[in-house]
Amino acid sequence: MTQVAQGGEGAAAGFASAATRRKPRLRKRLNVQSVLGTTPMIATAVGVFIICIIFSIIWSFTNSKLFPNFNFIGWAQYQRLWSTDRWIISVQNVAVFGVLSIVGGMVFGYLLAVFMDQRIKQEDLFRSIFLYPFAMSLVVTGLVWQWMFDPNLGIQSAVRQMGWTSFEFAPLVKQETALYGVVLGGLWNGVGVTMAIMLAGLRGVDSEIWKAAKVDGIPTWKTYLFVVLPMMRGAIATAFILQCTGVVRVFDIVIAMTQGGPGVSTQMPAIYVIQHITDRVNVGQGMAAATMMLLPVMVLIGLQYLVRWNANRRAGRA
Amino acid sequence: MTNLAATSAGAISARGPKPRTLTASRIGVYAFLIIAALFFLLPLWVMVVTSLKTLPEIRQGHLFNWPELLTFEPWLKAWDTACTGRDCNGLKPGFWNSVKITALSVPVSIVVAMINGYALSFWKYRGSEFLFGVLIFGAFVPYQVVIYPLIIGLSKVGLFATLPGIVIVHTIFGMPILTLLYRNFFASLPIELFKAGRVDWAGFWGIFFRIMLPMSVPITIVAVILQTTGIWNDFLFGTVFAGRENMPMTVQLNNIVTTTTGVREYNVNMAATILTAAVPLVVYFISGKWFVRGIAAGAVKG
Repeated sequence: MTQVAQGGEGAAAGFASAATRRKPRLRKRLNVQSVLGTTPMIATAVGVFIICIIFSIIWSFTNSKLFPNFNFIGWAQYQRLWSTDRWIISVQNVAVFGVLSIVGGMVFGYLLAVFMDQRIKQEDLFRSIFLYPFAMSLVVTGLVWQWMFDPNLGIQSAVRQMGWTSFEFAPLVKQETALYGVVLGGLWNGVGVTMAIMLAGLRGVDSEIWKAAKVDGIPTWKTYLFVVLPMMRGAIATAFILQCTGVVRVFDIVIAMTQGGPGVSTQMPAIYVIQHITDRVNVGQGMAAATMMLLPVMVLIGLQYLVRWNANRRAGRA
Repeated sequence: MTNLAATSAGAISARGPKPRTLTASRIGVYAFLIIAALFFLLPLWVMVVTSLKTLPEIRQGHLFNWPELLTFEPWLKAWDTACTGRDCNGLKPGFWNSVKITALSVPVSIVVAMINGYALSFWKYRGSEFLFGVLIFGAFVPYQVVIYPLIIGLSKVGLFATLPGIVIVHTIFGMPILTLLYRNFFASLPIELFKAGRVDWAGFWGIFFRIMLPMSVPITIVAVILQTTGIWNDFLFGTVFAGRENMPMTVQLNNIVTTTTGVREYNVNMAATILTAAVPLVVYFISGKWFVRGIAAGAVKG
């Protein structure tokens, strides 16, 4: 267990120290070997995460079809993008998917962590069970749940055969419910991780707090909800950011489970981009969509900076 | 001592009912955990029993039942003869492709990240922190934003849809989290270790090979687990960058299952699914707590 706790702290520390500039431990001296040794990093940081993104943005202003070109057409791709139902539905879908899976993941993950925290027997066994789906790929997850949701041979028919003949549970075949099916599959895959992070956070809370709460006669559930939870900001932030990046990228599970259907009911921005640079041979349009996908990430990073800046200011005052 | 305990327990009668509520709540705790465990285990159970049934039995619709007629035929078929389009070689080409991709990408990406982390901790140069910042930013960027320019770039140098190409792609996208992992690890080492190396006039590579490499075995185990499962489970990069020749197992699995021609063989599909999940699952169950450490450390990856 200590290892989990360490890992959790490590992750939280990783976030904290990722961008805050530490005091230099050594004087910066130019070492040719150091620059040479990190050539792959220089190439990746500059070549991929700066130049590639710039090119994506540039091509979003062109009428590139199969191959990229530099015929600039202004904001036309963006106008077309935001007047395309398929894209607007994709954005709505990812928003619904995101809110449901993050809220669901947080609530279910925290609940599991709290129950795991009750000095239970076989804690390792339970943790293995809650976490193993995460070891499997999202394609596997999608295919398994697609099979379980099969209207004729899946859960629905199995329960009906047990005697409950009006039982309905085949979300993937209906446009209105397909997205919820994907959310459930995603939760099954990822909740264990949220649980592990939350549990590490719970174990990191000072035991004095528990004693104090007991002395004050606060019921356990209230302590968990109103005292301990607000103290786990690091763990919550880690779990939240982890889930956010997963939501923006959601692709594999949808492809495996529904391929965006039925109709466009589970269409996602990530699929929209890939479709436009492959089957639909419209690179300009795809790049406009990709650039839009970058926006929420930028907002999130900006938000994180704001939080940290605020925290630094507070620390400075104290 | 026992006497004292007995009398004090007897004296305070208000404590009487507490054990009963305690046991009730204990039952509640275990009930919740067991129901949750069933939810997590159900798909695995369904996968296994479906893969061992014959098609006629599956069509009866008893999803959860243990097979009446046990058959291993679907497993053989999934491995050897299942079809994707016109090719009927089963999953085995995909399996070996994934082995190749993983076996090459894991060491390459880890060595690169290890040197990065080492340089960022002990040999900072002008701009190195900026590069690291960009890399961390890269951890959050949706892949779709960089994929297309990367396709163009790789095809310009003739590496698109090749094995080295997909290895480079995995190295690139594994770099942010792995570099963070190693940087934090090296930063936690005592600086005296480095200074001792400097006294002996060892340079960048001397200190790296003689001191840092042997020290970083535990963190490297975490990195290997993280990368092996991550790369094996990758789907997007495999679809886009690997090309037909090197199509990884996940992509092939998806093609087999979603092939719409002919009868849908649910048992073969489920056997194929288990086969694809087997490698990361084995890694998971062998590595145990190391895996948890890895995902906690790799929380940024998503």
